[in-house]
Amino acid sequence: MSIEVKNISYTYMAKTPFERQALQNITVTIEKGEFVAIIGHTGSGKSTLAEHLNGLLSPSTGEVCVDGVNLKGKGTAVKAAKHKVGIVFQYPEHQLFAETIYEDIAFGPRNSGKSEVEVEKQVRMAMGFVGLNYEDFAQRSPFQLSGGQMRRVAIAGVVAMNPEYLIMDEPSAGLDPSSRDAIFAQLLTVFKERDIAVILITHSMEEAAQYANRLLVMSKGRIAIDGKTEEVFQKQRARLQEVGVDVPESIKITDLLNQKGLSLEEQPITKEHLVKSIKKAKGWS
Amino acid sequence: MLSDITLGQYFPGVSFVHKLDPRTKILATMSFIIAVFLAASVTSYALLLCFVLSVIFLAKLPVLLVVKSIKPLWIIITLTLAIHLLTGQGEVIWSWKFLSITKEGFIMGVMMSMRLVLLLMISSILTFTTSPIVLTDGIESLLKPFKRFGVPAHELAMMMTIALRFIPTLLEETDRIMKAQMARGAEFTGGNIIARAKGMLPILIPLFISAFRRADELAVAMEARCYRGGEGRTSMHELVYAHRDFVAAAGMLLLILIIGLLKWSSGLCVI
Repeated sequence: MSIEVKNISYTYMAKTPFERQALQNITVTIEKGEFVAIIGHTGSGKSTLAEHLNGLLSPSTGEVCVDGVNLKGKGTAVKAAKHKVGIVFQYPEHQLFAETIYEDIAFGPRNSGKSEVEVEKQVRMAMGFVGLNYEDFAQRSPFQLSGGQMRRVAIAGVVAMNPEYLIMDEPSAGLDPSSRDAIFAQLLTVFKERDIAVILITHSMEEAAQYANRLLVMSKGRIAIDGKTEEVFQKQRARLQEVGVDVPESIKITDLLNQKGLSLEEQPITKEHLVKSIKKAKGWS
Repeated sequence: MLSDITLGQYFPGVSFVHKLDPRTKILATMSFIIAVFLAASVTSYALLLCFVLSVIFLAKLPVLLVVKSIKPLWIIITLTLAIHLLTGQGEVIWSWKFLSITKEGFIMGVMMSMRLVLLLMISSILTFTTSPIVLTDGIESLLKPFKRFGVPAHELAMMMTIALRFIPTLLEETDRIMKAQMARGAEFTGGNIIARAKGMLPILIPLFISAFRRADELAVAMEARCYRGGEGRTSMHELVYAHRDFVAAAGMLLLILIIGLLKWSSGLCVI
């Protein structure tokens, strides 16, 4: 059970002066149960790759298969395969349209032909997922909400489709820290409970370090590094710098502390680990 | 997805046509349109088509690109052709049951649809070879003399600049919203007309909201930079006519003259 990307390339606006190759010979397999973070410089092809994973874009060459079904074809099998992959776009609150929050979240499940009873169940589940109280919010207009709440409704709209592969394109951009933490906490719970794959596109190394167990670093339309999050951050710093990507703050802090004479043993990639290793070095724990 | 819409999109390049003063190009386009309406014979249409093709060649544009700009109106063009084909009076050259095509109807139909095609092609050449900003500079400068009659030249030009500027932005936005709704299983094709109209709502509503939001933001940003209309505003790029503009104008005049002569002489003999 996986998304297989086989040697795809993609060119925007082919055969015009605006032609630009966004992806070049990308091959990657994402298994269920993986939490993958895609990081890379702006314009490195992260979002373009994401849009290939559920057939929104068709590769110029190569193919994408979800659970063995090639997305290029038509028919019910392909449609079902596409429905398995949910994608939360950047600033998803800009896609809200319905009169009530309920209707907006129900849009996806209804399109996949679920009965009204099931739709309601899904909407309740999705609203719970993003931390919006069903009784309070279901019948309100999504346009009266704050930005953070609108974002949550939009995310719920995708979660309600019960995706087996959930792609999130910078879900935390422009959110306050508490909404961000709430969304990620829920995401982790669902990820662990349901054995889905999460693909997180982010500019925040901290988010990548904290949540992802695998890291795809993209540069100029290619995958520059593919590996375990810890190993990439700890061992491939030079290569990361080459493609314009930073390491998490906690590694930098470790470096500074080491320069000041405190000898920390490891390179912690999250702040929790950093605290632990400082305590250990100081003999406080 | 929507990026293949080419009407009104600048196609950067270096050529005689690209370098022309925007005013020359606008006036030439207008003269060409007049010429198209003057044309009344097969010969003059052939001449106009040759003219358009040579302009495309001079502008170093891919012919296919210009031909593609007809796409948005192909239904109207085919309809025009069909109506003229089937309603013409005169010598019957083909008939089937109650339908018949006459020679006159055929010539008329081809000329009428040719008219539309030429109009579309010449206006696309204008926008392909002139960047929107330069184009509106040209319009503003052309409208300036009418200011004393109360034509708000600068305001009109500014409105056009903004409208043109936002076409690609809104297209991109539409593309994004469509993708987001498609990712939630929306389908925009199939079903009857009501189902389809309903299917458009998930795109149109977010699009309107974002257009209003953008307009609002733009207004604030312009005010923050002390924009207060055209009064006393100067331009960074002053428009100056060059030799090539006179060459182009002469070419255009010659074309009109020939078309006019053809029309006048057609009073004497048809064809």
